Amino acid sequence: MIDLFFATLGNLLTLQHMSYMLAGVSLGLVIGVLPGVGGIAGLSLLLPFLYGMDATSALAMLIGLLAIIPTADTFTSILMGIPGSSASQATVLDGFPLAKQGQAARALSAAFAASMIGGLFGALLLTFAVLIASPIILSFGTAELFMLTLFGLSMVGVLSGANMVKGIASACLGLGFGLVGAAPATSEYRMDFNLLYLIDGIPLVTVALGIFALPEILDLLRGGGSIAQGAQLGRGWFRGVRDTLGNIWLTLRCSGIGALIGAIPGIGGSVVDWIAYGHVVQTTRDKSQFGKGDIRGVIAPESANNATAAGALLPTLLFGIPGSGSMAIFLAAMILLGIQPGPGMASTDLGITYTIIWSLAIANVIGTAMCILLAPGIAKLTAVRYALIAPFMIMVICFAAFQATRSFADLMALLFMGILGIFLRRFGWSRPAFLIGFVLALGGERYLYQAVQFYGWGFVTRPLVLVIAAITIISIWAGLRGTKSGSTIHTEGSAETSVARNMTPQIAFSCVVLAGFGFAIQQGLGVSFLAQIFPIAVGIVGGLATLLLLVQQARGPVAAGSANFDSEAEARDGGPWRFLLWFLGFMGAIGLVGFFAALVGFFMVFLRVVARSSWVQAVALTAGAGGLMLVLANALNLVFPGGLLQEYFDLPWPFR
Amino acid sequence: MTRPGTPYLSGRRDLLRLGAGLGAAAATAPFAGSAQAQDFAGRTIEFVIPFAEAGGSDVWARFMAPYLAKHLPGRPNVIVRNVPGGGSITGTNTFYQRARPDGLSFIGTSGSTQFPYLLGDPRVRYDYTKMIPTYVSPTGGVVYLPKSLGIENASQLGRLRDRELVYGSQGATSLDLVPMLAFRLLGLNVRFVFGMRGRGEARLGLMRGEITIDYQTSSAFLTQVMPLVQAGTAVPMFSYGVLDGQGNVQRDPSFPDLPHFVEVYEMLNGRKPSGVEFDAYLAFFASGFAGQKPALLPQGTPANIVAAYKKAFADAVADPELQARKGDVLGEYKQAVGDDVDAVYRVATSIKPEARAWVRNFLTTNHNVRF
Repeated sequence: MIDLFFATLGNLLTLQHMSYMLAGVSLGLVIGVLPGVGGIAGLSLLLPFLYGMDATSALAMLIGLLAIIPTADTFTSILMGIPGSSASQATVLDGFPLAKQGQAARALSAAFAASMIGGLFGALLLTFAVLIASPIILSFGTAELFMLTLFGLSMVGVLSGANMVKGIASACLGLGFGLVGAAPATSEYRMDFNLLYLIDGIPLVTVALGIFALPEILDLLRGGGSIAQGAQLGRGWFRGVRDTLGNIWLTLRCSGIGALIGAIPGIGGSVVDWIAYGHVVQTTRDKSQFGKGDIRGVIAPESANNATAAGALLPTLLFGIPGSGSMAIFLAAMILLGIQPGPGMASTDLGITYTIIWSLAIANVIGTAMCILLAPGIAKLTAVRYALIAPFMIMVICFAAFQATRSFADLMALLFMGILGIFLRRFGWSRPAFLIGFVLALGGERYLYQAVQFYGWGFVTRPLVLVIAAITIISIWAGLRGTKSGSTIHTEGSAETSVARNMTPQIAFSCVVLAGFGFAIQQGLGVSFLAQIFPIAVGIVGGLATLLLLVQQARGPVAAGSANFDSEAEARDGGPWRFLLWFLGFMGAIGLVGFFAALVGFFMVFLRVVARSSWVQAVALTAGAGGLMLVLANALNLVFPGGLLQEYFDLPWPFR
Repeated sequence: MTRPGTPYLSGRRDLLRLGAGLGAAAATAPFAGSAQAQDFAGRTIEFVIPFAEAGGSDVWARFMAPYLAKHLPGRPNVIVRNVPGGGSITGTNTFYQRARPDGLSFIGTSGSTQFPYLLGDPRVRYDYTKMIPTYVSPTGGVVYLPKSLGIENASQLGRLRDRELVYGSQGATSLDLVPMLAFRLLGLNVRFVFGMRGRGEARLGLMRGEITIDYQTSSAFLTQVMPLVQAGTAVPMFSYGVLDGQGNVQRDPSFPDLPHFVEVYEMLNGRKPSGVEFDAYLAFFASGFAGQKPALLPQGTPANIVAAYKKAFADAVADPELQARKGDVLGEYKQAVGDDVDAVYRVATSIKPEARAWVRNFLTTNHNVRF
């Protein structure tokens, strides 16, 4: 085994194999930096090249790409406040405030160091785990998976923002959105408005970009300046590395959490970063800086998400069961290469497994080095006027959103979630809690139903279920420990500075949410018993929480306390609506003339009017943006979403 | 050029469009020639897959694309275009309504696309009788049990009739409809637990003991279940079988020693299966397995283009390089090409009205499916 272990390393370290890996890492870097465009799109780009490639080169390339994405996606999370991928949503909470304070360099280098340690830890763990992991993976049945989703939901406890009731309502709202579409137990459709688009549910990328990215983009535009307000932009690189090394136990613990959650098929990588974030908050005595720029809030999710990628390889290799979207494509790539994953990966095909593990380790090191080299340049973007950056961000999040079904409907979903996100942010409804609820909704419903089918309600007494339940209770207790009421993490900004005198807007929003929960109950009543339990339960819990909130809010601005939250209370510039109109205009133009033509027009007009660019600058930036889109779309064989024009006329690509 | 009328019509349609379509449609003019020349040199052909990347259909299309490109006249560039969403109904609807019959785009559907069509789902806008099949790729599956049930082979399945088995299903109208109908015909008492996301999850469930009857597609059975069989923890029961050129069920070439479903029915009942339930089973079995993946040209495609595609697929499948590399993607299954296409395709995309009515009623009564 040890011979084989080093023989595979020797085989991998040839010029040919390493250059393929470098190609994979480089592409992964670009893909990772673009927000919302993650491993799925990246691996899809590589699929056409697999034909005729030798297995080692191909695996090195694919793993190279996969390994760097959770490292590179940190850039936009920290620098722009936009989650680079579902693996680094939590990084935004503390990373972005650090960037705003001019500490982008420190946050980035801490994140990269944590990512590398997490990736290497994952590779090391994988080396041994691949031989012994099967029984561990098999010990997590549906009952245990249901408990794990409850554990994930318990993170809402520390992420609920200033007001716990509002946090619970946010999580329920997320759960409600997660339940849209077919019920796992009966395939009946709920809250689908008879739209074919909604039967598969709302895509996670759309939700994450809608509620996090769009409100952030509009808010930064309002600010008028650049992202980083402070000076000293390029300083602090070593401090960040020291931060990570100084928190080495935290880094390793979070790596372990990441690897374990990644290895259990069914929970998925989308909550790992939140669990790691919750973990660091729970285990830290002084929580006051979390959400305002605590470096540990960056280190924890970043060390976890790279280890997750390694952990997720386990069920993929051993059982052929992909734990995530990108693992599904990796699996497809393996089959195209003639490699069939299965128990053989731990015996007869161990050489392939070790090639993958070495690729993972080497790619993590190379990838981190490349990120560190590029970081000073990329970090300078935070000093650029945001009006020049915003159209690029809008373009990229649209591109990411329409990966889901390649249609205009994806963009409408993005717009809808974006508007919801604006209100959640404004009124202090925890968006992390919303997202955790969204991600865990269908899993929770599915596993509860299946566990009861398989074991009856007695499933709650299974030993591992009890263990996870105990961990969940400890986690909730640890999150609340030492905090006085109302001093949990301020995910949406400080409550103290968001006290409104006129509470009508937030009360109106609470009423709208209450109506939403009513709708969930009404829809639940329309389907059969097994499909109605979750929507009705979510509707009742969320509805009660919202009612409680309304009662608090009705007491008046002062008595409402932390329930009174309106970050626009003192705003004098009319809110984000002026810039939302720009986005709406862009959407409308897409609906008329299709994505590409609308993009070109939007760029030119926006740059000339809002950014006040010169003609030369506007044309150059527009050409750059259009070129990037064309290269990506061409490589992905993508037809851009069309509008009315495309309904009637058959235009040549890219306009068709 | 033996059918002068067809290319002329096609050309005139393009001319009409040119007239109506303002300047923009001028781009379609070069396509007018393709029907006559039947030469795709320098062209890019879209292989539309109404699923996301990485699914079985996507892998199949990506595997086939380079060989098809090699054997189409003029060696065009064949690319896979994924149009996911709506459980493959969206992409197929769009293709059916929009694709032009110029041979520059064709679609590969799957059982998941055929089932809603066979069930009469109102969201389906495509008609399989109008699209033109050029190639059909089959797949197979094997039903197996955990050893702990004490059943050695399919002839003993009758002993299980008074015991409730548990099956992990992806949904009542998914491909798992086929085992549902099969178990019912065999008189097995099976409880269906839905919400599985792929057969792999159900296989893990069986390994954990949560599930007591399962099937896997051939390739997954060979790599994932055979080790269990060798370790003595699982026992194969029967395969679904394949369809021969006449539309009859035959043994699966990957599992020549294993009886197919119809044989097992005879073993247990002493007579051949018949009747409306069996008709329904046969339609969905053909659609979900024996004729799972057809490659289709749009309706109205000129005969010479259809012939070019049929020949290209036949040559591609016969290509020694494809045969050497096909591995798990195509398995040991005889690919339906040339004259074999139509018979398999017809069985896989049609259902007797009374069988359809029976299945719809069965699904509504037992599993709350609303049509």
